[in-house]
Amino acid sequence: MADSVAPPSRSRDLDKLLLRPGNLVGPNFEPGAELRDDLQEYARILVVGAGGLGCELLKDLALSGFKNLEVIDMDRIEVTNLNRQFLFRVEDVGKPKAEVAAKHVMERVSGVNIVAHFCRIEDKEIAFYNDFNIIVLGLDSIEARSYINSVACSFLDFSVPELSLASLSHLLLGYLEYDSDDKPREETIKPMVDGGTEGFKGHARVIVPGVTPCFECTIWLFPPQVKFPLCTLAETPRTAAHCIEYAHLIKWDEVHSGKTFDPDDPAHMKWVYDEAVKRAELFGIPGVTYSLTQGVVKNIIPAIASTNAIISAACALETLKIASGCSKTLANYLTYNGVAGLHIKVTEFVKDKDCLVCGPGVLIELDTSVTLEKFINLLEDHPKLHLSKASVSHRGKNLYMQAPPVLEEMTRSNLSLPLYELMDKIAKDTIHVTGTTSKDDKKTSSLRKLRVVFKGIDGVTDMDMAGGA
Amino acid sequence: MIRLFKVKEKQRELAENANGKPPVKKQSAGELRLHKDISELNLPKTCNIAFPNGKDDLMNFEVTIKPDEGYYLGGNFVFTFQVSPIYPHEAPKVKCKTKVYHPNIDLEGNVCLNILREDWKPVLNINTIIYGLFHLFTQPNYEDPLNHEAAAVLRDNPKLFESNVRRAMAGGYVGQTFFTRCM
Ligand SMILES: [Zn+2]
Repeated sequence: MADSVAPPSRSRDLDKLLLRPGNLVGPNFEPGAELRDDLQEYARILVVGAGGLGCELLKDLALSGFKNLEVIDMDRIEVTNLNRQFLFRVEDVGKPKAEVAAKHVMERVSGVNIVAHFCRIEDKEIAFYNDFNIIVLGLDSIEARSYINSVACSFLDFSVPELSLASLSHLLLGYLEYDSDDKPREETIKPMVDGGTEGFKGHARVIVPGVTPCFECTIWLFPPQVKFPLCTLAETPRTAAHCIEYAHLIKWDEVHSGKTFDPDDPAHMKWVYDEAVKRAELFGIPGVTYSLTQGVVKNIIPAIASTNAIISAACALETLKIASGCSKTLANYLTYNGVAGLHIKVTEFVKDKDCLVCGPGVLIELDTSVTLEKFINLLEDHPKLHLSKASVSHRGKNLYMQAPPVLEEMTRSNLSLPLYELMDKIAKDTIHVTGTTSKDDKKTSSLRKLRVVFKGIDGVTDMDMAGGA
Repeated sequence: MIRLFKVKEKQRELAENANGKPPVKKQSAGELRLHKDISELNLPKTCNIAFPNGKDDLMNFEVTIKPDEGYYLGGNFVFTFQVSPIYPHEAPKVKCKTKVYHPNIDLEGNVCLNILREDWKPVLNINTIIYGLFHLFTQPNYEDPLNHEAAAVLRDNPKLFESNVRRAMAGGYVGQTFFTRCM
């Protein structure tokens, strides 16, 4: 009928943020319907992890108007997940988390498209991660965060050996690159939003590689894992965790000689649990349960649904802010503590300018004829380095090692070869050197990142022009 | 950043057929720090390091210790090191490959050394661990036992302990357990 009233827009609340100007907005904010539509069409977000936090993130992002989402997770649903991973039902037990989470959110939020990837994050080509504008992390492991961080920070040295793509190349490959003034090029920045929860505590942070501290800059924020002395486990267990670790670390090897324990294999976990129960009975220790076994072995603290929801909300909001500019983003690390009362605090951490992962490294220009030996000598005289006795590695290949003698011998023949050839004729790439720096007669050992650029190679100018344009 | 996303999306479409798949070697921050540790190793003559997977895999290596004094004089003890990508946030996993009669090393090769577990700190390094392992052979201690029987013998009858160690290193039985020769 002509006089029927249109139903209220689904984006009514988002419109208040995206259609109107404001005083607290980001630098390039351009409010309007186009912004709202572009967010839906062009913003491509990857959610890493489909567990407690990941389920919340997918739902929150879908309801925040993002339409192109993908999710990656290697786990299958277990019964013990169901209390908080609210997208899963009893009949889903045993199915891949990523696939079920994607399906359920698509069923509930119309118009959103979620592609699920049931695999390890390392199984994907590095280029896979470049397809996304923002990577949102809902993980419980330091290793996995560290891996994604290194991908996003171009730590992996995404230069192109064959420059057929010339000016397109760094847009295409778009990982963090620095210009000649050590400023990160905006178009190569891959922002990350990282959430994490442990019981009633959690954090949400924004990582803009090259601008704010990366994960590796502040890895010390993560408390070291609790590790019990092996002899305590073997001789004087006092807690349920001691019994579990005994079964996991000592008994397993004794019984299964040579077979590696796989924490993701339920049969292995059950075996450890059964052994831990026996041990606990022997010493009269209460409290060994299957879920505690999982927690201790995988180093997981029980998750609380409300903490996940709060942290996810903060992460989804930051993602929206980064993408749209509708508000300045969190600077840069929020901690939430709901143990006794409620405490939220934001701390602005600073990045480590010499960070091996996100830092620019020291720029060095070389002729293609320079040998490795000459290069090592150059480092000693370099005004920013003064690095003597350097050992050199490139993309995981050890070009020269000063010690131990066995490696020195294996790499010695490289000294007389041109560095350009040792670096597979890549015109511009990152290498790492370790050695001794002397300053005011004080010697310290150091590990540095260098950006080596070879002069007179066509590709270099092409790439630089593209960046400056 | 939405404007940038828009540009990138167009570039992505353009480049989709361009077949640009650069070779990538994933190198973790742990690997880099380890590179530093290894290139600065300063081992005593009694310790040797080997890289079974060649010069480009530093994350897995073996250290051979040949004690030059004490109960274990003349023995060769091989330890395997497995280093995590988040090293030094996490200590390397170290196991003794040589079956040894030792109060602080069990028959599966687990080692009770505080800096490998509860007392590990990121400022420590591979050198410290190797010195720590070396120390276990010059000063085995019965207070942190992993091999309960060996510890009891060391505590109650050092002479018998000494002859048990010699017998194990020469290749033979101590009680019910057979040890392969490692001298
Ligand atoms: Zn960093």
